[in-house]
Amino acid sequence: MKMTSSNHNSPSIDVCPSKKNKLDLETARAHLAETQGPEYWRSLEELAGSPEFQEMLHREFPKGASEWLDSVSRRGFLKLMGASLAMAGMTACTKQPLEPIVPYVRQPEEVIPGRPMFYASAFTLSGYASPILVESQLYRPTKIEGNEQHPASLGGTDIFAQASILGMYDPDRSQTITYLGDVRTWGDFLNAIHGPLIAQKSVQGAGIRILTQTVSSPTLADQLRSLLKIYPQAKWHVYEPINRDNVLEGAKLAFGQPVETQYKLENADVILSLDADFLYAGFPGFTRYVRDFAKRRDPDAGNMNRLYAVESTMSSTGAKADHRLPLPATQIETLARALASQLSVASGGGGLQGKMAEHLAGVARDLQAHRGSSVVIAGDHQPPVVHALAHAMNQALGNVGRTVVYTDPVDANPINQTESLKDLVADMRSGKVDLLIIMGVNPVYDSPADLAFADALKNSEIPLRVHAGLYQDETAELCHWHINEAHYLEAWGDTRAYDGTVSIVQPLIAPLYGGKSFYELAALVAGSEATGHEIVQAYWQKQHPGSDFDAFWRRSLHNGWIEGTAFEPKQVKPTTSNFSAPRHTDFSDPRNTDQKNLEINFRRDPSIYDGRFANNGWLQELPKPMTKMTWDSPVLIAPALAERMSLKSEDVVELELNGKKLTAPVWVQAGHPDNSVTVFLGYGRRRAGRAGTGAGFDMYSLRNSATPWSVTGVAIRKTGATYRLASTQGYQSMETPDGGSRPLVRSASLEEYHKEPNFAREEEPPAALTLYPGYDYKKEPYAWGMAIDMNACVGCNNCIVACQSENNIAVVGKEQVVRGRHMHWLRVDTYYQGDRANPRGHFQPVPCMHCENAPCEVVCPVGATVHSTEGLNDMVYNRCVGTRYCSNNCPYKVRRFNFLLFQDWETTQYKMMRNPDVTVRSRGVMEKCTYCVQRINEHRIDAEREDRKIGDGELQTACQQSCPANAIIFGNINNPNSKVSKLKANARNYSLLADLNTRPRTTYLGEIRNPNPEVER
Amino acid sequence: MDEPRQSAPVIEPGHTFATVTDKISSIVLTRPTSNGWFVGFGLAFLVFMGGLYAIGYLFVRGVGIWGVNIPVGWGFAIVNFVWWIGIGHAGTLISAILLLLRQSWRNSINRFAEAMTLFAVSCAGLFPILHLGRPWLAYWLFPYPNTMNVWPQFRSPLVWDVFAVSTYFTISLLFWFIGLIPDLATLRDRSENRAARIIYGMLAMGWRGSARHWSRYETAYLLLAGLATPLVLSVHTVVSFDFAISIIPGWHTTIFPPYFVAGAIYSGFAMVLMLAIPIRKIYGLEDFITDRHLNNSAMVMLATGLIVAYGYGIEAFMGWYSGNRYDSFLLWNRLHGPYAPLYYLLLICNIGIPQVLWIRKLRSSPLGLFLVSGVILVGMWLERFIIVVVSLHHDFLTSSWGMYYPTRWDWLTYIGTIGLFLSAMFLFVRILPMISIFEMRTLLPQAEVKPE
Repeated sequence: MKMTSSNHNSPSIDVCPSKKNKLDLETARAHLAETQGPEYWRSLEELAGSPEFQEMLHREFPKGASEWLDSVSRRGFLKLMGASLAMAGMTACTKQPLEPIVPYVRQPEEVIPGRPMFYASAFTLSGYASPILVESQLYRPTKIEGNEQHPASLGGTDIFAQASILGMYDPDRSQTITYLGDVRTWGDFLNAIHGPLIAQKSVQGAGIRILTQTVSSPTLADQLRSLLKIYPQAKWHVYEPINRDNVLEGAKLAFGQPVETQYKLENADVILSLDADFLYAGFPGFTRYVRDFAKRRDPDAGNMNRLYAVESTMSSTGAKADHRLPLPATQIETLARALASQLSVASGGGGLQGKMAEHLAGVARDLQAHRGSSVVIAGDHQPPVVHALAHAMNQALGNVGRTVVYTDPVDANPINQTESLKDLVADMRSGKVDLLIIMGVNPVYDSPADLAFADALKNSEIPLRVHAGLYQDETAELCHWHINEAHYLEAWGDTRAYDGTVSIVQPLIAPLYGGKSFYELAALVAGSEATGHEIVQAYWQKQHPGSDFDAFWRRSLHNGWIEGTAFEPKQVKPTTSNFSAPRHTDFSDPRNTDQKNLEINFRRDPSIYDGRFANNGWLQELPKPMTKMTWDSPVLIAPALAERMSLKSEDVVELELNGKKLTAPVWVQAGHPDNSVTVFLGYGRRRAGRAGTGAGFDMYSLRNSATPWSVTGVAIRKTGATYRLASTQGYQSMETPDGGSRPLVRSASLEEYHKEPNFAREEEPPAALTLYPGYDYKKEPYAWGMAIDMNACVGCNNCIVACQSENNIAVVGKEQVVRGRHMHWLRVDTYYQGDRANPRGHFQPVPCMHCENAPCEVVCPVGATVHSTEGLNDMVYNRCVGTRYCSNNCPYKVRRFNFLLFQDWETTQYKMMRNPDVTVRSRGVMEKCTYCVQRINEHRIDAEREDRKIGDGELQTACQQSCPANAIIFGNINNPNSKVSKLKANARNYSLLADLNTRPRTTYLGEIRNPNPEVER
Repeated sequence: MDEPRQSAPVIEPGHTFATVTDKISSIVLTRPTSNGWFVGFGLAFLVFMGGLYAIGYLFVRGVGIWGVNIPVGWGFAIVNFVWWIGIGHAGTLISAILLLLRQSWRNSINRFAEAMTLFAVSCAGLFPILHLGRPWLAYWLFPYPNTMNVWPQFRSPLVWDVFAVSTYFTISLLFWFIGLIPDLATLRDRSENRAARIIYGMLAMGWRGSARHWSRYETAYLLLAGLATPLVLSVHTVVSFDFAISIIPGWHTTIFPPYFVAGAIYSGFAMVLMLAIPIRKIYGLEDFITDRHLNNSAMVMLATGLIVAYGYGIEAFMGWYSGNRYDSFLLWNRLHGPYAPLYYLLLICNIGIPQVLWIRKLRSSPLGLFLVSGVILVGMWLERFIIVVVSLHHDFLTSSWGMYYPTRWDWLTYIGTIGLFLSAMFLFVRILPMISIFEMRTLLPQAEVKPE
């Protein structure tokens, strides 16, 4: 129908037709009766075109039928119209040509629809690789698992690797190449960089500066080195805010050369950590170290290790320690010197008095009693001299070669990164830089404040500034060109694990947005347009020139590492025994307190690292291990300091350091050393994306290049304002304020355990003490159960992220976390026990208990949560109406409710990311841990097809699989020989809240500490 | 019942059958609707619309607009539900139990008490539906024939609740309506307006007042009273099961059923007084709702209030005596926890202030009773808040402790149901006889059958 053929310009559809002349047949007839002949027809045409006629057509249906009842947004209207037009087009088309399709008689090789495939690859963080297996569902990577075969993983992962899958699908990732913010193509970039490169040739590349992250990739390092050969005057700078400069300088101080230190914790009976948080992701070798450490925590095996921790902020390492000494970071050097001198290292230390000296003497004796099976580990943020002292102590204790191994550095370009960045800024300011290529680094945001990198970049008039990275971040904003980097799951590459083993990084999917890898960018600068695959393969062909390269290549890809690439232990000789004059610190007076002269510690954020994962919702919402904080970066202060300044958590303070001020809320952290505050770097991003932008406070603005980790001299002032923080655990003690105590985590010392092995057990009510008839689970082939060894658990949070990834768990945002609506199916409760100044910490992972007498089931009015014959407490999402009674009645509060539409149902990328075996939950339904029922069923199908039972260990839940400590064991408790049955038979095994007669299937193994009786007192 | 010697009469002297009928029916039929009524109704309706807005927004966004969370999965919605259901108790108690006990003084207050019950139960009934995550599936709680053969889960007290509340509502409605029939006929006969005559006529269901009618009527009314009587006890007992069946400290208590029923009657009578006192003043019904009524209601409140106080005492005692660490913490938490001020307020409202009802003079002071009733209603609301929220927010695992803060939508929904209740009451007093005409006539001395 023609809508506006009349000479009236007004649209013919009027929502208020009654105001116009109505046209009906009678008036039309009357109108036509007056005319005849041609005029008649003309009149008819006029009539047909008149608005009244149009309206009559329009009003063919009852009035109102054609009107929208609800208001429709413009977008919605256009969508609908688009769809209708497309549909209309389809029906109107001519007959489709016959195009027969052929059924799938032969499947594409290796693909079984619905069955995932796994590919070995590696995730790299600050140069250190986490070897992984990537689950691919019909060519979409959906889940990261640890590579069981790889010595650096043994099946475990870390949170950053686990969450990197979300990073790949992040819809806020940079999707195009841009020039000054306008969309460009790769070809445009080629043209743009061609001229400047030719110009640089003539000056030997004197104006070229390349700034990269820590590079451990042999291929990329090789590329950059050969680039420097083409442009001898060009410079390769490296900078990461969480760098290992101190480690490097410490090694140089001790041995005169940069070496990598590896620890063999499986051989260590006594471990001393000098502010080293080696039990949390981000520490090189973390996954392997946790496995080795946890293996030696078994009190039944008879050779339980002992961990002493001296630390400047409460960390999970300190929480696991048998003896923990909180000490401001700047005083640890003095302590290290004193200890070293007791171990007959000429350290210029000594002179400690009082309790501290006694403590230290005990530690020294214990270390000496375990010569060759002890280890001293210094933290990355301790000054070089502490590292050198640690090396000297390990030498003196005869640990080298046993628990400590030196190798070549993993970092392919082990230079002092802070100095490197300083040089770069100096060059930029002096106009020496003509072409600056920044690869994956974000110095505008994360470089030390005193270097004023942003200012140097903006105001030094570098003619061509190129930024390549995953995000259009703060640095991209100040560069001319931005190249969208391909994510590591989209591109070829290689990388090294902490022991030097090289893994080839395989792409799991073609780049979603056509990004380019650093390899391709580096090749381009060197004048080649090779693809990532060609580059990496060519490099390894050079390394492995034999005719069996294809087999070598296939094997390396398949296994996930290249054989024979692990570094050989290196014999190094100490070059110095003189550790300069000691800095004097006065320990004796614990009250040398001055609110204007406190120590400040800058630490990597436990969840978002240096800020690069700021837009990763899983990590943002991951409760930090000690504070359970999400989405924010408060200033951690000691309870004593809080008391003196009458501060409470969430009070806002102003920090002042070197004239720079910053306001941020405080969080009172039990166990934090007094006169010291800790801040986490990585927050306060301006251009991170929907999740990261604006969250938290930018602590980099207080950080100086001279003192990147800790410095004394910060002033703290209460402002009187408050700020809402989102901690997922409201109360972190098992002691209730009424003076009672709840036996949630049961622990004992090794001595006590030997005396009373059943310390964790308590009398349980008889099983029959229930109103409803029980079920005989013994007659079933399977009865699923889980045992969690709290002795092994180090609170690394890996299980939470793995569960989130496996089970399509939504991220809810800070405001909802504040309201208590986070969705984690598995949480890790952190409890502090004892003296608030130096408490013991406990971690307790809490998934659904799958109670045999489940309190949630009897109260559900619609039967949406029911028990399976195998003992699973199943949740029927479709049947759930959302009374939340089950959650109220769950004594463990493991149920999670979709109070709003938390799940993102719109974003295409997230749709691709989700596990197709797990329902995506919508608004108004309850959800909770299922023991990964999708995995159980997958294995059940396999086993039934092969006419056998599911074997022990064959089936792993997501949390269990990712756990680097092997703290979570799941299996069939009807099989007395299964690992889980054996653990449940252990004397330490107990049920949480057993007195309620819920009969949980998830049980815990009590925690055993191994304190040194000599030090304990 | 023997006539009161010292206390006030249930109906002031000087009334005849005609004056009673005139007085009550004129409110509906002849008295001009006052501006005050329009203003009052308008305000109440506006508040009700505010509530509807909140409900609309709730349906669009989900229950997350409220303050509920994990661990406090139930918040204002359930607090309000129990509060309204409790208020709804007085009607049936007055109508049915007092009828069976031949407490004829009830005749002047039973009609609007029943109406109040209906409206309160309607308000109450809204909340369990609104508080669902997926309220459009609320019918799944009913055992309806389902192609998938899925039934409700009969072990859940929420299912019992569905039956208890819906039965209670149905019986209350029937009881109220049957009680209305003779009066509707009166209105039909006295109405000048044709439309009113037709409507009242239809509702009167052909009542002619014949002896046979009266005989059947009395039988039906008594039978219904007999049916309704156990409901008074059962409804709130079942509501209390919602809590008592669970394992949460503070909920898992055997004293809940009697304690809830007493509390319900307590708040129900408070609401009856809150309504009766202004109504009798505005419509000049002091002759029918006399000081005797006020006095009796106050005594019922005093008695039930003491039962409630006993309940609190036993809860506190058991917290200590049980030796259970969770129960004793609950007691501590009520007294010293973050919601402690509310608990003290509750004690003042429900136990402290109502003790003034021991004073005879106050029991016949309309203003005093009105204020005390208001205090009791606040107190009873706080009691439910303490039970629901304080028990949930700090339960077994300290790691899962949380807080509950109501949002503006919680408040708007709550206040909206008060608007709904008041709107309905305004309409009721305007279009139906708020006092039972025929039952009032039986109270007159003339009605007494004199032995020949």
